[in-house]
Amino acid sequence: MSQLYIWVVLAVMYLPMLVVVAYSFNSSRYSNWEGFSLQWYEELFNNSAIVDTLNNSLMLAFFSCALAILLGTMGAVGMAKSRFRTQGLLENVSLIPMMLPEIILGMAYLALFSLCRVPFSMITLIIAHTTFCIPYVFVSVQSRLVGLDPAYVEAARDLGASQTRAFYDITLPLIAPAVLNGALLAFAMSMDDVVISFFVAGTNSQTLPVQVYSMLKSGVTPEINALCTLMLVAVFLAIGLFGLGRALFKRASRG
Amino acid sequence: MEKKRHISLSVWPLYIWTVLFVALPLVYVVVISFLQRGDTWGVTDQVTIDNYVKMVDPMYGSIFLETLAMAVLTTALTFLFGYPFAYYVCKLPARLRGVMILLLMAPFWINSLCRLNGWMILLKSNGVINSLLLNLGIIDEPLKLLYNFGAVVVGMVYALAPFMILSCYNSIEKMDWSVVEAARDLGASAWKAFVTVTLPLTMPGVVAGCVLVFVPSMGLFFISDLMGGAKTVLIGNLIRTELTAARNWPFGAALSMVMLLATVGIIWVYKRVSGSKSLGDLM
Amino acid sequence: MENQALLRLDNIHKSFGQTEVLKGISLDVQAGEFVTLLGPSGCGKTTTLRIIAGLETATSGRVLVEGKDVSALPPEKRPVNTVFQNYALFPHMNVFKNVAYALTIRRVKKDEIRQRVQRMLELVQLSGFDRRMPSQLSGGQRQRVAIARALVLEPKILLLDEPLGALDLQLRRQMQVELKNLQERLGITFIYITHDQEEALNMSTRIAVMNEGHFEQVGTPEDIYERPVTRFAASFIGQANILQGVVEEKAEGRSRVQLEQGGTIFVNEALEPGTKIAVSVRAERIDYAKEAGYGFQVPGVIERHSYIGGVLRTTIKLSGGQELLITGANPSSHYPDGCAIQVFWDPDTAAVVERS
Repeated sequence: MSQLYIWVVLAVMYLPMLVVVAYSFNSSRYSNWEGFSLQWYEELFNNSAIVDTLNNSLMLAFFSCALAILLGTMGAVGMAKSRFRTQGLLENVSLIPMMLPEIILGMAYLALFSLCRVPFSMITLIIAHTTFCIPYVFVSVQSRLVGLDPAYVEAARDLGASQTRAFYDITLPLIAPAVLNGALLAFAMSMDDVVISFFVAGTNSQTLPVQVYSMLKSGVTPEINALCTLMLVAVFLAIGLFGLGRALFKRASRG
Repeated sequence: MEKKRHISLSVWPLYIWTVLFVALPLVYVVVISFLQRGDTWGVTDQVTIDNYVKMVDPMYGSIFLETLAMAVLTTALTFLFGYPFAYYVCKLPARLRGVMILLLMAPFWINSLCRLNGWMILLKSNGVINSLLLNLGIIDEPLKLLYNFGAVVVGMVYALAPFMILSCYNSIEKMDWSVVEAARDLGASAWKAFVTVTLPLTMPGVVAGCVLVFVPSMGLFFISDLMGGAKTVLIGNLIRTELTAARNWPFGAALSMVMLLATVGIIWVYKRVSGSKSLGDLM
Repeated sequence: MENQALLRLDNIHKSFGQTEVLKGISLDVQAGEFVTLLGPSGCGKTTTLRIIAGLETATSGRVLVEGKDVSALPPEKRPVNTVFQNYALFPHMNVFKNVAYALTIRRVKKDEIRQRVQRMLELVQLSGFDRRMPSQLSGGQRQRVAIARALVLEPKILLLDEPLGALDLQLRRQMQVELKNLQERLGITFIYITHDQEEALNMSTRIAVMNEGHFEQVGTPEDIYERPVTRFAASFIGQANILQGVVEEKAEGRSRVQLEQGGTIFVNEALEPGTKIAVSVRAERIDYAKEAGYGFQVPGVIERHSYIGGVLRTTIKLSGGQELLITGANPSSHYPDGCAIQVFWDPDTAAVVERS
């Protein structure tokens, strides 16, 4: 009974995606099935708008994540070592972007960048995305640090490591999984963001989600189905590879 | 701890970034919500409360109500569907649990618009469901499934349910089941034990899930735009229109303030219920 | 000073905020000693150890190693190493890397590192475990790795913070013997923390009994057990009976004492008449019979007997109401419950733990 419920929910979750996969191979532009075809994939690759915006989005997610990893990890590590009056305030304010409806942040950037006469471009996008990516890294690293036994670092110091050395030898490797976790989440968020990008992207720096949004709004677009199918394949491939890698690692470390 | 007050060097980049790109823009939004709009775009330096007065108009009132109704409904539905899912998954053996959560989260990595596209294909007047029903002779003419309030709720629930499920799951998984056994041992029925023990103990997760669903649901204008067509205007759509088409930033900012207030309100409730000090605990 | 101490703690105070955790600790430790800090949890023993290691800074006072003040040195510059309470083995490094860590930091040549780590692992009987991760080891094995890791630099002083606390009783006893042998073989000074009195008595050359941030008594296990100087030291270790009384008469090297509970005893110490004292007597040193010995006059009634293992435990109620606990291997004569008897002991085996 309970198993059945789980499967029903998962089926409902995957139903729309299965429909999309099926329709990506439909030779008709409309909903009735007229036979198998790969023409939408061909059109997808020939659609320069999609290819360009996909490039933009990947670049944007990469740079935002990198910056967020840097700022978020350094911040979380530093906060754990610091005691200052505005600490609680800083922590809560830096987490706001995760909590606020995105549209408010989007409008804030739109207004501020216009005021400062900063042209909307990849730079403004990276600033905006980094801002909402930081909390995912920060929170993930922070909770790992809280659970980290201080005795590890103390043991390293006791054995002759300087403070800096102990950080690189002990703390960093031990929080690395948390950094990765936060970064993966941040990457997904950046790749998926419509609302903020909608406000701060320049004409030459449109992101994929915004592009898909305007295409979906304007009408029937079977290329999107092909795109979605490819993304689905990529995600499951990545999960598969990840699982395989972990299994191999486990076997290696057991032997 | 008797540590002296000091700031580690590595905090500074985050500190500066937060002040420049979080605090400053938000303060600026508050400021322009009290300014008069400029002739073509932007703002003048004239201070006014007109933007707030304007909201009293019943037309906006109904938009607020509809947004609130939609957010509450979405939150309630994600809970109703999500909690049992999380609960049943927790009852599975550990190995299966991971697989189920992975299966649940995998679609999350695919662009939400692509997933939304699937629902549009399903619900369109010439879409899968209608074609199926027509061909089976159950209906004579296509049902209007897309471009209404219900479709928006479907889209929202679909997009935000994983947050609720994950949040509940984290809370339920941590629970000590022997407490439930103790309740059963003391004479509680399975249902009674669930209501009096399991649910209260997992409440922090539920409330965190509610925050994670309720807050974004107010702002995801593209879902109401695509699934609701022109008919369903939510506060998010209104803000977008004011910012882009109408170029009335001050009014957009004032509307954002309303949304901000709702956000602060629900986070306050969350903190009261969970006793958590940091926003970070939501994750 | 001709006999310079290897380690000297000089009047160390430590406060966390308002609470004073250490209230002036002084201790000299000679090379090759096995000194145990023994006390209940929260008495400040771990803080003392952390101050020696440099992981905590004393509020005032000095730590000297071989006469040099190391108080200002960070932990990595001190010639001491620590075995942590829960071992603190680096979870992301295998056994070899854990043990080699201190050598890696000092840029010792690879060949030499391999040799020295192998030697250490042999020493703790873990040869062949190099590639195991800490998570793949049993509690006892982790313990050995932690010891090997701390010994690899051949420190002058090894600090051990309840190293056997997480092990079960049998393993604990076995490790006690191993640790003691190791210490004697290497000649390294051990500063050892425990709250287990048996462990302390069993292993130490000297014991420092700690309570509420100060040393109650520092001495050999025999001193501590047979001649406790404070009421706390007497009652924390072993089964002690403490009796209060007033000195009535002083003689050559001994005094007669009137007990509060009724009766008179003798103590082997010349005290001024009128002094209020407390006397501690070990449970196994007390005897009882129809006729008193050593000139004692302490009447009591046998409350009950109980067997605990091979030992008979007898509770005797004194006329004043206080109960004395007596343990004996095999009582020569058996008195039934409720029998009136006289209690006495060899005054040499009792200690005066309080006088005012």
